[in-house]
Parts: sequence; structure tokens; C-alpha cells
Amino acid sequence: MAIQTGTLDRAGAAGWSALRFKDPTFPVWIGAALLLVFLMLLPLGAIFRTSLWDENGFTVTRYLEVFTHAPFLKAIWNTLIISIWVGAISVAIGGLLAWLVTRTDLPWKKPIRALVMASFVTPPFLGAFAWTLLAGPNAGALNKFYRFVTGSEEALFNIFTMTGLIFVMALYSFPYVFSMIANVCELISSDLEDAAEILGANKWRIAWTVTLPLALPALIGGFILAFLQSLSLFGAPAILGLPAGLHTITTQIWALFQYPPRLDMAAAFSVPLLLATMGLIAVQKKLLGRKGYSTVGGKGAQKRLLRLGWGRIPVLLFVLGVLSLSVFLPYWILFKAALSQAWALPLTWDNLTLKNLSFAFFEYGDTQLAIYNTFKLGLLTATIGTVLATMIAYITNRNLFRGARYLSFFALAPLVIPGIVLAVGLFIAYTRPPLVLYGTVWILFVAYLTKEMPIGFSQAESTFKSIHPELEDASRIIGANRLTSLIDVTAPLARSGLIAAWSFIFIGVIRELSASILLFAPKSKVVSVVIFDLKEEGQVGVIAVLGILLLVVSFVVILGVQWLAGRDVVATRE
Amino acid sequence: MKKSVCVVTLSVALCSATILAAQDAALIQAARKEGKVVWYTSLAIPSSTAIAHYFQNKYKGIEVEVHRSGSQRVLQRTMQEATAGIKNGDIIHTSDAGHFELLKDKGLLLKFTPAGVGGFPDGFKDKAGFYYGMRATLSVIAYNPKIVMEKDAPKTWKDLLNPRWSGKTVTGHPGYSGIIMTHVLALVNAYGWDYFRDLAKNKVHITQSANDPAGVVASGERPVGVNGAEYFYYKTLKQGNPIKIVYPKEGVPLVVSPVAIAKDAPHPNAAKLFTEFIFAKESQQLLADKEGLYTGHPEVTYPNDKPKLKDLKLMPADADELEKRNSEIKKRFTEYFGA
Repeated sequence: MAIQTGTLDRAGAAGWSALRFKDPTFPVWIGAALLLVFLMLLPLGAIFRTSLWDENGFTVTRYLEVFTHAPFLKAIWNTLIISIWVGAISVAIGGLLAWLVTRTDLPWKKPIRALVMASFVTPPFLGAFAWTLLAGPNAGALNKFYRFVTGSEEALFNIFTMTGLIFVMALYSFPYVFSMIANVCELISSDLEDAAEILGANKWRIAWTVTLPLALPALIGGFILAFLQSLSLFGAPAILGLPAGLHTITTQIWALFQYPPRLDMAAAFSVPLLLATMGLIAVQKKLLGRKGYSTVGGKGAQKRLLRLGWGRIPVLLFVLGVLSLSVFLPYWILFKAALSQAWALPLTWDNLTLKNLSFAFFEYGDTQLAIYNTFKLGLLTATIGTVLATMIAYITNRNLFRGARYLSFFALAPLVIPGIVLAVGLFIAYTRPPLVLYGTVWILFVAYLTKEMPIGFSQAESTFKSIHPELEDASRIIGANRLTSLIDVTAPLARSGLIAAWSFIFIGVIRELSASILLFAPKSKVVSVVIFDLKEEGQVGVIAVLGILLLVVSFVVILGVQWLAGRDVVATRE
Repeated sequence: MKKSVCVVTLSVALCSATILAAQDAALIQAARKEGKVVWYTSLAIPSSTAIAHYFQNKYKGIEVEVHRSGSQRVLQRTMQEATAGIKNGDIIHTSDAGHFELLKDKGLLLKFTPAGVGGFPDGFKDKAGFYYGMRATLSVIAYNPKIVMEKDAPKTWKDLLNPRWSGKTVTGHPGYSGIIMTHVLALVNAYGWDYFRDLAKNKVHITQSANDPAGVVASGERPVGVNGAEYFYYKTLKQGNPIKIVYPKEGVPLVVSPVAIAKDAPHPNAAKLFTEFIFAKESQQLLADKEGLYTGHPEVTYPNDKPKLKDLKLMPADADELEKRNSEIKKRFTEYFGA
């Protein structure tokens, strides 16, 4: 059997290589592949070169300094503590919610999924900003309410602490874990749970001793995902950590860009972050590559829902409580801040104003350009990114030339490059002649295209896997070249998958901060950067207006795409 | 004889007036041709936006592109662009006079003396003629009178070291703001670094801009600002927010914010016109009336509810010293405050 398949493969490969020379579009494929390799190698090369070489040649002094200078070590330590907690809390909340939505008879599942999606779409820096208004120890709305109700002098919660930072980062990281666990839970059959029930275990014991272990690999994978997410975040730590004197790796790298810039140190400081990410991705791959236990992965298995009984309503309230922390409360305070003169006062007629809106859109010079840049980059990156990812996925999937499968490594490589590290590399590579992209929107375009490649690629790849090449072969036989058959035959079949890839890239781009913050210039400001700029000056009302704009556009895009693709694209993401 | 002197003087005056007018007309025309001026500024967003609008109303067809950030960020931007060979900014304006010594030394400034600065006092002028102080403000203490009684409020810089203010104060950051940079230098010169080491023990909330403390104090998030831009506190107060400003008797840091034209300005004529504009008496008076700023212009009058500079004990900072100690100040501050 194995031999037979091998022979077939070889025959197939011979067929392809015969076609290769007849195919006039071959250079296009090679070009796409080279572009991808170039995109990935350039920033990393720049980082290693700058961190290891100075005018006198090879040196490791920067690395020595990174690991001996006390403030740097403190930043690394802070980052580790924060990320571990964010990972753990995200798994607890995301895992629990996913289990409740997939395996129990919890009511309102659709709205709950939609709200989890809303948390996913909310940029963490915006959530962090909203939480400064909610839980600042003295003026924060929740703390004021707490003092009003209890008559206490103390604050309930101070958001400008490490705990506060962990809390907010977990609120916007748990949706990643949620979608991962929800997918696994959908696939676990109820057979083993039934067996346990027959043996007399109660339902909580079943959940604890049967379902949980089955989902364990996914839980660990989710932990790593949330951990990585918080390693690479810049906005939330800058907004919540810096006011309390807390640096993380990302804010420290950003600080190293201040005059006089220490690009060499920034590059050296990027490497631990890079290595940590690489290591964890490898672990995650190993865990998920095993596909868990054999009971996970089959379709059509029986799945029955656990009855929550009298607990349905309390559990629902708990779930809504969690989601109000990530969605309802932050959105409410943003609307309030956008519409009031003084955000800390009640929204009375006297306090109501449209001034923030008119200032944001018509007076403040940066806004219009930033909106234009953001959407231009969003559309361009999403479109070109989808095309490039589609071509790469097509090359690897149809194995167009020798070594094609290694391309998927390059396409997925940015997963291990945190945004700020990518930006350090691009900044070094493109701020000096011969190719000065710095100062234009194109350096941002390159950054976004690189950063979003993995998500576009994996989406396109899984789509192609499900489409048999025979239709293409037919079109090739009647004389179409490879590119035409991809455009006319395969791409339309893959439509909904490619639209999903497009929208993920688009949303990823319009909320990007950690790379943009190092790469923007006056003419290439984007909305996230403007929000961060305004935050540094404390322009609360205007930030709220721009934040709401970002959210509205994201939701419109998601809904539009779902309508276009005719199915729940976003929910089937992982 | 007397008469002829008179005639001569008169004709010279008339003549130079016509020459000036003709020069102005030529400058305006050249500036119109360039169409815009790019202003890298650390002046608060509402104030810099307002000034851009005044200019655009007066000189229709010349756009002012305002790029506002903290003083240190403006410098970072300027230097990054110089390294990359990008010519974008026309006018550089920060609140850290030291920046202009640095930029002058690196040959990045254009020598230009606007007509209005003749009567300006010494602290507002570069002797070599590269930059002039467009505005001045003070770094002050402020508190929220709804939360802190006047009798309890801090009156002196050293009062802020009292542990009763632990967790109740807010500061700007010298790594972002030129006003705070100048503030730190002035207070280090007066009290030594020990002052900031002790201040940091009171768990000060750290914001970036010298303008941000005003909002933080007004909202009550932290009822006392240990420093901050006086003009912004004043503006916030005038908008009806609960703020009281304290001008400590031992001395108040005076922050003069220079402006200069970039050597490689892509719109040099518009830049000159804009510089002339902001140093003209009407504009300087606008800064005082609408933005709560002090200026170097001797004829400008100030709102009655603001103290006169001559009635205060000022702590001026030297541009050279600011430049030399920039890195040291950022480093020590970060060391004590953590970020």
C-alpha cells in the first residue's frame, strides 16, 4: 500500500515537472517564493548583524549587558511573571467558557460567542485605556461606585499595578484560548463520558476526570498561545505599567529608541524575546501535532450536552459577568468619555458635548491622514497578503517545485517574531540608503505583510487541502496556464476561505500598534499610533472617539464578510 | 539743519517700511508657492492646533501641518530623519532649550532672526541667532481643591516629600517632556538628586506629557501634581475644572521653549513666514490671552488672574547645561521612578 502511494506520488511529481517547463507563468511562482523568503530573512538578518557586529567587528558585549544590567533583567522578569499569569488566567476563563458553550445546555450560546468575538476584536491597548478610566484607584468609575456603595475610603482595585496589567491582558487574550478549546470540545465524543456515567460518576466528576484530561493538550496549547500573545503586547503594558514604573521587554525596547537611540541594544534585547517565542511555538507544535488522544479528531461521534439544571441561570450570569469586564464596561466608558467634557463626572446635560467628535475629525490635523493611512494599509495589505498567501499555499500544496514545502516554514516564521522585534529589524534595514522606506507608509506595509502572513497562509492552506486538484487539471488540459486556472477555477472554489483570510489580515492591520509605534513617521501615522500619541498627552475624549471608530469599522468588516461568505467564518477560525 | 535731519530720518524710516513691506510681500508670495509648512512641535495639541488655524486664516492657501509630540520625541524624530536623510520638518519647537544647542552643533538649524524679537530678554535669545524663545511657561505644583483643603495643600517643593502624599501625586516624565526635563534640572540644582529619590518614595503616578497631570489632577485620579505645565493647568482650570495652582516661594522653574527653522526645510519661505508670524506682537498676545502662556515680548499683557513673572522667584535653566545633562537626567529619573 505504502509502496503504491509512493509510486503514485512520484508519477505525479514527474507529471508536474514535465508541465513546469511548459508553464509560462513559472517565473511568477518563483518570484512569489523569493519575495516571501526575502520578507522573512531581511529583518532577522538586520537584528543579528546589528546586535553582534560593531565598527570593531564581532562582539557579544551587548548580550552581556542585556543579561547583567539590572533594569533590563527586571523588565525580563516582569514580562515572564505577567505572561505566565496571563496564560493561566486565559486558560481558566477561555477553557471554562468554551466548555460551557460547547458541552452544556447553557442558554444564549450565540450571543455569548458573539461577545467573545467582540473581546477578540477589541485592541488590547484600547481595552487597557478604557480600564484606566474604569479602575484608576481614585477617579475610576468602578472605584467611585464602590466607595459610594460601601462608604469606604479605599479603592476596590488599582489598575495601575502588575495585577491590573495581568487582569486586562488576560481579558483580551482569553478569546484565543476560547476558540482553540471550543473546537476541541466540539470534537470530543461522549462515549467515554457515558462510560464514566455508567460506572456511577456524577457529572462534575466526569467533567473533571474525563473531559478535562481529553482537552489537556489543547489547554496547554492555549496557555502557550496566550503566553506568547502577552509577551509581544506593547500598548497595554505601556498604558498600565509605565505609570506605575513597570517596564516589560517590549516597552524597554521602545524606550531604547529614544534619543540617543541604542539600536544595537534594542536588537540584542529582541533576541531573548525571539528565542522564547521560538521555543514555545516548538513545544506547542509538538503538543498539538499529536492531536491529543484518539477520541479527539473524529467527526460524527455522539455529543450530548451536560445539563446544568438549577445552575443554568447563575452560570449564565457568571459568563455575562466575565464578558462585561471585557466588552460592556469598557465600551460603556468609551462612549461616555467620547460624549462628555469631563469623563470623571456624570453624563448630565451640562457635561454632554460633541466637541470631542468635531475636534477629532475636523480640527486635529493628524486624524484624517491617519484614518486614510490606516484603511489604505488595511486594504492593501489584506489584498496583497491574501494573494501572496494564496500563491504560497498553492505552491506548497501542489508541490510546484523542489523544496516547495520548506516555503511553509517561511510563511509561518513570523509567528515567532513579535511585532516590536520585527519593527526593530525593519527599522535598521530601511532607515539608511540604499533603500530608505522609513518615513513612508511602505515600511509599515512591509511590516504588516510580514506579520500577517502566517494567518493568511494557514487559512489559504487549509482551504486548498479541501479542494481536489482534478478540476484544475481539467482546465490545464484544455490549455489554461497555471495562473489562469488558479484564478478561474480554484480560487472561486476557495472563495469563503480566502475572504476569511482577507478579513483577518484587515482587522490585524487596523489595530496593529507594537510594530507601528517604531516605524511611523509624521506622514505615515496610523490610527493606533495617533491614539497612543494622544494617550501620552492625556486627551481622553478624542482617544475615545477614535477608539470607537476602530471598533465600528472592525465590526462592519466582520459582519460584511460573514454576509459575503455566507457562513460563520470567524467562529471557525482555528 | 535740524529740519534736514528730520527729513532724512523720516525718509529712511519710510523707505525701510516700504522695503520691509516689499520683502513681506515677496516672502508671502514665495510661501504661497510652497503651499505649506510642517511644524514639529511640543506645544499642547489644542494650543498648537489653534495657532495653526490663526496662521491659516491670515495667510489663506498656506497649510500648517502640525505634528505634536513630547519634546524628547520631537528631537528623536528630527534626529532619526536626519540620519535617514529624510527632509520633512520645516520648523522645530520643543520645551528643552538643550535640544537647540545640540541641533545647532550638528548643523541642522538655519540661521534666521524674525523681526519681532528685538526687545526680547536674554533668556529668549540664542547669541548666535539660530533660535528664539517663542513661549515660556512655569513648572508648578497643582492640586484638586475638591479633595485637598487649601490649608493642607503643599506650598513648597519639599512639602511634596511628606509621606501623607504617598499614592496621591502625579508627575510628567523628563524622557518625554522638555518642561519636566527643565523642571528636574532646576530642582536638582537647588536640592540635589536626593530630592527626587525621596519624592519617588511617595509612589508617584507617572504620566508622560507635562500637560497630562492637569487632567489627572482635575479628574481626582491623583489630587496633587508635583510638576506640570502651568499654562495647561491654567487652561484646564479656566474650563471649569477643579484645579488650584501653587507657585512655590522658593522658586519656580521657568521653561522657555525655543523655535528654529530646519537647515534642510523643504518649505523654507513658508517656514520663515510662520516664524515671523509667531513672533509678531499680535500672535504673542494671543498666546498670552488664549493659551495662558508667558512670552518674551515686552509689550504683551497677561490675564489678571495670573502672577507677573517679575513677582515670582524664577529658576531659569541654562540651555548648555540642559544639553549636557540630558542623558544623566533621564537615567537617574528612570532609576528612581522605575520607568
